[in-house]
Amino acid sequence: MFVKLNKVNAVKPTNIKDPEYFHKVVDCQYACPAHTPVPEYIRLIAAGMYTEAYMINWESNVFPGILGRTCDRPCEPACRRGRVEEEPVAICRLKRVAADHKGEVRSLMPTIPKHKNGRKIALIGGGPAALTVARDLAPLGYTVDLYDDQKAGGGMMRSQIPAFRLPEAVLDEEVNYILDMGIHTHFNTYVSSLKSVLNKNYDAVFVGTGAPRGRDLPKLPGRWEDKAHVHIGIEFLASVAFEHTHKIGKKVLVLGGGNTAMDCCRTARRLGGESVKVVVRSPFETMKASPWEIQDAKREDIPILNNMPPKEFIVENGKLKGVIFEHVDAVYDEKGRRNLVPTGETTFLEADDVIIAIGQDNAFPWIERDLGIEFGDWDMPVVDRQSFQSTNPKVFFGGDAAFGPENVITAVAHGHQAAISIDLFLQGKHVKNERPSPMTNLVSQKMGIHEWRYDNDVVKDLRYAVPHAAKELTLQNRKVEVELGFDERLGFKEAQRCLNCDVQTVFNTSRCIECDACADICPTSCITFTENGEEEDLRHRLNAPSTDLSQDLYVSDVLPTKRVMIKDEDVCLHCGLCAERCPTAAWDMQQFLYNTAKAGL
Amino acid sequence: MSYILPPFRHPDLPTNELGFARKDYEGALSTLCAGCGHDSISSAIIQACYEMNIEPHRLAKLSGIGCSSKTPAYFLGNSHGFNSVHGRMPSVATGANLANRQLLYLGVSGDGDSASIGIGQFVHAIRRNLNIVYIVMNNGCYGLTKGQDSATADAGSVSKKGHANPFTAINMTALAIEMGANFVARSFSGDKHQLIPLIKAAMNHPGFALIDVVSPCVTFNNNVGSTKSYDFVREHKEATSEFDFVPEHDEITADYAEGSSLDVAMHDGSIIHLSKVAKGWDPRNRFSALSALNNAEQRGEILTGLLFVHPEGRDLHSVFHTVEAPLNSLQEKDLCPGKGVLAQINDSFR
Ligand SMILES: Cc1cc2nc3c(=O)[nH]c(=O)nc-3n(C[C@H](O)[C@H](O)[C@H](O)COP(=O)(O)OP(=O)(O)OC[C@H]3O[C@@H](n4cnc5c(N)ncnc54)[C@H](O)[C@@H]3O)c2cc1C
Ligand SMILES: Cc1ncc(C[n+]2csc(CCOP(=O)(O)OP(=O)(O)O)c2C)c(N)n1
Ligand code: SF4
Ligand code: SF4
Ligand code: SF4
Ligand SMILES: [Mg+2]
Repeated sequence: MFVKLNKVNAVKPTNIKDPEYFHKVVDCQYACPAHTPVPEYIRLIAAGMYTEAYMINWESNVFPGILGRTCDRPCEPACRRGRVEEEPVAICRLKRVAADHKGEVRSLMPTIPKHKNGRKIALIGGGPAALTVARDLAPLGYTVDLYDDQKAGGGMMRSQIPAFRLPEAVLDEEVNYILDMGIHTHFNTYVSSLKSVLNKNYDAVFVGTGAPRGRDLPKLPGRWEDKAHVHIGIEFLASVAFEHTHKIGKKVLVLGGGNTAMDCCRTARRLGGESVKVVVRSPFETMKASPWEIQDAKREDIPILNNMPPKEFIVENGKLKGVIFEHVDAVYDEKGRRNLVPTGETTFLEADDVIIAIGQDNAFPWIERDLGIEFGDWDMPVVDRQSFQSTNPKVFFGGDAAFGPENVITAVAHGHQAAISIDLFLQGKHVKNERPSPMTNLVSQKMGIHEWRYDNDVVKDLRYAVPHAAKELTLQNRKVEVELGFDERLGFKEAQRCLNCDVQTVFNTSRCIECDACADICPTSCITFTENGEEEDLRHRLNAPSTDLSQDLYVSDVLPTKRVMIKDEDVCLHCGLCAERCPTAAWDMQQFLYNTAKAGL
Repeated sequence: MSYILPPFRHPDLPTNELGFARKDYEGALSTLCAGCGHDSISSAIIQACYEMNIEPHRLAKLSGIGCSSKTPAYFLGNSHGFNSVHGRMPSVATGANLANRQLLYLGVSGDGDSASIGIGQFVHAIRRNLNIVYIVMNNGCYGLTKGQDSATADAGSVSKKGHANPFTAINMTALAIEMGANFVARSFSGDKHQLIPLIKAAMNHPGFALIDVVSPCVTFNNNVGSTKSYDFVREHKEATSEFDFVPEHDEITADYAEGSSLDVAMHDGSIIHLSKVAKGWDPRNRFSALSALNNAEQRGEILTGLLFVHPEGRDLHSVFHTVEAPLNSLQEKDLCPGKGVLAQINDSFR
């Protein structure tokens, strides 16, 4: 209660001019690798302005229709609604609403200059990373050549993500928006030598070849005795996608607990697999697959068995019969390290086919080691995390090829950054020191004493479920999309759950008369007036527990009573009541727009 | 004025010993002007009741008319309430109190309500030592009727219209001490650190407990020249002491500076702990309290904190020997004890 003032260690007033301060308050946007301005597009969806919402997405994440169905959604665990209610806003599926209901968009996309700038760039690989580089550089007048060994663009979005999650038409549409920018495509072309590409006098080369090698279990007894019925997950999926595989046995075992395993088992169900089981070596809790993918698999009657590492393939007379699994307990030592300790029991599970889906690796057999590109641990190229430049200044990496397998949105984010670097590099600028700053804007939302330009009436509203097509239908045909997407009515309702975290509470110290009205009204007790101090001490003196250290404290300058205003950003609802209750307008609600820098801007 | 209040509260807020959250002590959304001191007092009342583990149904709020008297709608939504007539809250409180002495009575009034039209009722409630916590939200004006000077406006205090008040002010605390109140305090809506423990101690005091809370009216009396504005009060307030209320079952943990501290035991073993006590002031002495008030007034300062406390004293119930049980719970056999008892009573008059 009686606080010792130690001015030396008191927290400094928050610098709201630093674009990253308010950016961080927009939890979803901050968590999105491409920093999509989420609340902005969600408001546009609520307003029925789907085309505008789509274009905001397209600018940031390039593949709104694809990502609205398949994104790994790092934004959702970060979403503020999830901190005050059970579940976050369905950000990802709202993106799809924009894509599904948009109008004509081609005319809103950049025009491609007829006169090129004289610079030529090669993209190796046609996945989301390389396509993003193409999208960012073609409008600037670069001549872009794209090489990919598949028959069409999209990379793993085409070869791996099954059509029942991502219809081909959606993929084609968004890939073609880019290829139609005058990209010179060389499909069905495997690049077997980087040297030969460099010899073609490209000004820069971008490597976006992904992580194309599926892991195997080469030493497991029996692995090589019936090769025709033991498959590698990503090879199996690609073979299905490209129509080489149409059937699978009735009894299928899928080994692995990641998203690839989920896609494999669900694909197997559609190719004739009647009894499909997923077997995971470790406990359920540590499965890598996203919870929603696990749920979708279970919905298709696919049991998941855990704590069972495979021991041996049983093959009789050259014909696969099944797999013997050990049983283990997960035991944690003092350091928290996990050991899988065998219990001594084993189980035999019958199988006509087994799919091994236990991860992917990078492989660069086609990159000569004398090109000035340094390779480090795990035989991965040494790549700068900010510029994506390799140790050969002309060669850039991005997507899964840069730092190992991630996801589409990360590949897109890499592509944007690599495009900036390539553009800087070819202008003779420094790829790290001269990177452009983000564009920001802060605009008051006030229209009257209690009227704002946004809907600040926050209510309890549980997440809406995306409707699914009937299982009888989807299991018959692997191309029938499972999720139907939100219709306009559901889309509106879900959009209304957004808390508008980009509408910032902006505090003006010189106006505050310390009447306490804001602290009293704040429903979630975010605001405290108290003596300044060290951050840890301050967090103990706030009106509500302040335990999430990743959430910042907004600290004002010193007020006339020598106290400071401290706002814990953690569970602010952006309801604007502080600003409505302030008699002097010391608080204002201001919309903060943050756009990451783009190549050429 | 805002129309909405989101239903969410901070997810990690604790509950009190009864399992109630602070939210359970809230009321409807306030319709007072943004920044009104009265809202801060409401918030302090909510916090004090939460911390004191008050069962909401064991408390009755009573008020008169005014912005201040509207506030019971904005706190303790689960308690009993009676919004009465201008200046008549003390009579209604007296009736309620006599009918049921088991409830905790919280009277909320304004300076107009208690120092003008209701001053007669006010002084008699004190004189009778009605068991009530009586909070005056004192803004020096009639807020609800557009800011006319009230009887507590200081002489010379300038209203928003620019007129200096020609009359002397009634000092509610001095008046209460004169009338025999046993718990008299003054505070400021902008100082919850002081106000909350004062409310808690007042709720623990048997008998009349007055807290006169200076509470700026942002709309009509927060201008330069007013002696009830946020700025003026902040610059001129002085405390008799630092004040802490320690309920009976809590240990004293705060580390107080030696020499200048003083403990006052309350009837139930709780303790009022005073530190940094002003020189020459003894909270247990009526005259010392009055002279401290006087001296502060001479200096142009507003004395806040606990002013006078006399922990014992007979409240109205002990004078009247009223029955412990609420009247509405008395049965026919309690009320008509029969011929024998009647005969006894008659005999006592012979
Ligand atoms: C089964 C599965 C499901 C997935 N599901 C999702 C999902 O739902 N959501 C999500 O966000 N991510 C998902 N991912 C991950 C995602 O597909 C990748 O992270 C992403 O596609 C990586 O993009 P990229 O641009 O780095 O490369 P890729 O998409 O891998 O594209 C690389 C391209 O380069 C080609 N290539 C490779 N080497 C050469 C060469 N030498 N010459 C010419 N071409 C070459 C490849 O054939 C490929 O077409 C999934 C991955 C798998 C395996
Ligand atoms: C019998 C009667 N007389 C006059 C009024 C008009 N009136 C309503 S509120 C009020 C003054 C309230 O002043 P105060 O108690 O200080 O409350 P504030 O609004 O300042 O909080 C008056 C005179 C009334 N309602 N009833
Ligand atoms: S906008 Fe203001 S009142 Fe609303 S939750 Fe945030 S800080 Fe509290
Ligand atoms: S409501 Fe406004 S003036 Fe009052 S304390 Fe809050 S910021 Fe300051
Ligand atoms: S008029 Fe004055 S007293 Fe009434 S609500 Fe407004 S600020 Fe408060
Ligand atoms: Mg008044």
